[in-house]
Amino acid sequence: MTNIITTRDFKSNAKEALANKTLQKALTHVEAGFIGKRRLAMEALPEFDQLRDNARDIKNHTLANLDAYLEEYEEKVVASGGKVHWAADGEEACNQILDICRNVGARTVTKGKSMIAEEIGINDFLEKNDIEPVETDLGEYIIQLRGETPSHIIAPAVHVLKEQVEEDFRRVHDHLPVSRNLEEPESLLDEARKVLRAKFLNADVGITGANFLIAETGTSVIVTNEGNGDLTQIVPKVHIVLASIEKVTPTLDDVSQILRVLARSATGQEISVYTTFSTGPKRQGDVDGPEEYHVIILDNGRSNMIGSEFQDMLRCIRCGSCMNHCPVYHAVGGHAYGWVYPGPMGAVLTPSLMGVKDGGQLPNASTFCGRCEAVCPMRIPLPKMMRHWREREFEKHLNPASQRWGLNFWAFFAKRPRLYHLATSLGIPLLSLFGRRKGYFKYLPLASGWTKYRDLPAPETRTFQQQWAQREALKQGGAK
Amino acid sequence: MAPKVALFITCLVDLFRPKIGFAAIKLLEDAGCEISVPVAQTCCGQPAYNSGDRADTEAIAKQVIKTFEDHDYVVAPSGSCAAMIKIHYPELFKDDADWQRRAVALSKKTFELTSFLTDVLEVEQIDTHLEQKVTYHDSCAGLRELGIAGQPRKLLASVDGLVMEEMKDSDVCCGFGGTFCVKYSDISNAIVSKKADTINTSGADLLLAGDLGCLMNMAGKLKRQGSKTKVRHVAEVLAGMSDGPAIAEAKK
Repeated sequence: MTNIITTRDFKSNAKEALANKTLQKALTHVEAGFIGKRRLAMEALPEFDQLRDNARDIKNHTLANLDAYLEEYEEKVVASGGKVHWAADGEEACNQILDICRNVGARTVTKGKSMIAEEIGINDFLEKNDIEPVETDLGEYIIQLRGETPSHIIAPAVHVLKEQVEEDFRRVHDHLPVSRNLEEPESLLDEARKVLRAKFLNADVGITGANFLIAETGTSVIVTNEGNGDLTQIVPKVHIVLASIEKVTPTLDDVSQILRVLARSATGQEISVYTTFSTGPKRQGDVDGPEEYHVIILDNGRSNMIGSEFQDMLRCIRCGSCMNHCPVYHAVGGHAYGWVYPGPMGAVLTPSLMGVKDGGQLPNASTFCGRCEAVCPMRIPLPKMMRHWREREFEKHLNPASQRWGLNFWAFFAKRPRLYHLATSLGIPLLSLFGRRKGYFKYLPLASGWTKYRDLPAPETRTFQQQWAQREALKQGGAK
Repeated sequence: MAPKVALFITCLVDLFRPKIGFAAIKLLEDAGCEISVPVAQTCCGQPAYNSGDRADTEAIAKQVIKTFEDHDYVVAPSGSCAAMIKIHYPELFKDDADWQRRAVALSKKTFELTSFLTDVLEVEQIDTHLEQKVTYHDSCAGLRELGIAGQPRKLLASVDGLVMEEMKDSDVCCGFGGTFCVKYSDISNAIVSKKADTINTSGADLLLAGDLGCLMNMAGKLKRQGSKTKVRHVAEVLAGMSDGPAIAEAKK
């Protein structure tokens, strides 16, 4: 897998994505698949909005006391026989994982789905160090075969058509007879399951992400639909949980409440097929479980968000609902965003983690339609935070000079009503005159961004203010 | 006493389609309001606000507050501009107590046109006639920031002869997004193309919405595609001003 960051090239990435017919076909599944299912799940639960409020309040309370809950979590992990490793950045996290793997002489590592693993680029890192990482989530497995990164945070291979998966399987699983039917998703799943079963049994270390870390018990929680997470964390000798600091949640009860909005927002399920709780390594008398239990807790810039206007973003539970409902995501898919986190949540989180200089394109690429905020189970004000990023960018003079110049020119007049009306009362009638014959412009200098794809309606006639002034003057005259 | 309403004309209506302003005035006067149009208005400041230019946004917002705060009500024929004043101005001044007080006071009396007619003036029906199949696009800011969806539909339902043909996904963005549509014209085009498809398959002859920005975007796309669907602001229909050229149409 290659993890080249192309956030700065968002525009050209988007252009390529729009021209990619296969991708465009695959992207229709996002709208068709997720939106209706979420709506049904929500309608079946009248207290859904109340649950969203509770979920938001739980996370707000946690973030306000994050240090205390993280310490409590570590204490409980240690008490149950596990170990917590604090990683300031991705490099530190990778090295901690490598050390753990080397300690047990690991050759292969199975992996449950984890966005943090993508964030720190652990697969590349392990491969460079002669350890084979094996993705066990079907979507992740597919994109690993393809040498790609996830294009969606809960449906990593949503950009791939099933015909492409068949091709990939035939290319890599060279034991397959040509006659073997791989046309249906079920047969593809069977094939992946067969190949992965052996990998599960031979793995030395299993790495999973975490949807939650429970402070009161030292438990890590994952939600999956395939059961691959369970096999990843139970079968190998060592289980490594990879999580970021904001995953900590005070109590089991709090987690249960947030779980009620998570799957409904993500896939429209009431609850995911597997919700798995792990606390520490195997105890004496346990029939299974890992001998070692490690938790890597990653910061990677998140603690800087605490107390800033981006703190609310740390409430995110990675359900993917914002991108499922985003017209920009629907148009270009996840890879165009150029790094790990796409869609509206990515547009806010990416500049927080890599800086606005590299990530600044993403919060600009939004119409501010507000659908993401409307569906977010944690009520994260995503458009507002994207606007804050635009403010940071503007303050640092990072946006293009032509844009700044245009804005300054416009603002100069907008702040001076008399001059504005004078200028528009001269310009608009002239523009109206030129556009009169057709009623629109096919091309207009300085407006090519508009006229490239659509016609520009011509101004009707004189400005409203001109006409109104005349009407009032006539009225005054008539009254005399 | 007749409520004194100041019309926030919006920059796009002022420049591109004054007819919408006159339609709004007719609707408000018919409902018993006394209208004024303060001359010291230009724009609500969204182009600066959404480009991250806080200083210019605040300067423009202060100008709007000063110009409009002495009226009983402020009404705009746009959900987007009304939401800017109603929702975003108070937030803009959250660190400036005096200006925030003034922004909140203005926020309370600012309304989008159709919601002012139905929610405040309690207009139940409109006495006008239009024999046409129409479809209505919910502009994002009006829909999601001000909750405008039922109001225009209720008023349109009372128009004699009018048949509503709801399009699929009427609540999905048209791809305008202010400066977005030129900064990211490729993506904007993909979004508005989808929107044009749903408009064309709705079976309506006339597309309506409450925001001129979105209307110009959709009308411009439909025109470029050679679609026969006409495009107007909802106020034009309600005010019985559906004669004359539609948006992007030539004068006869």
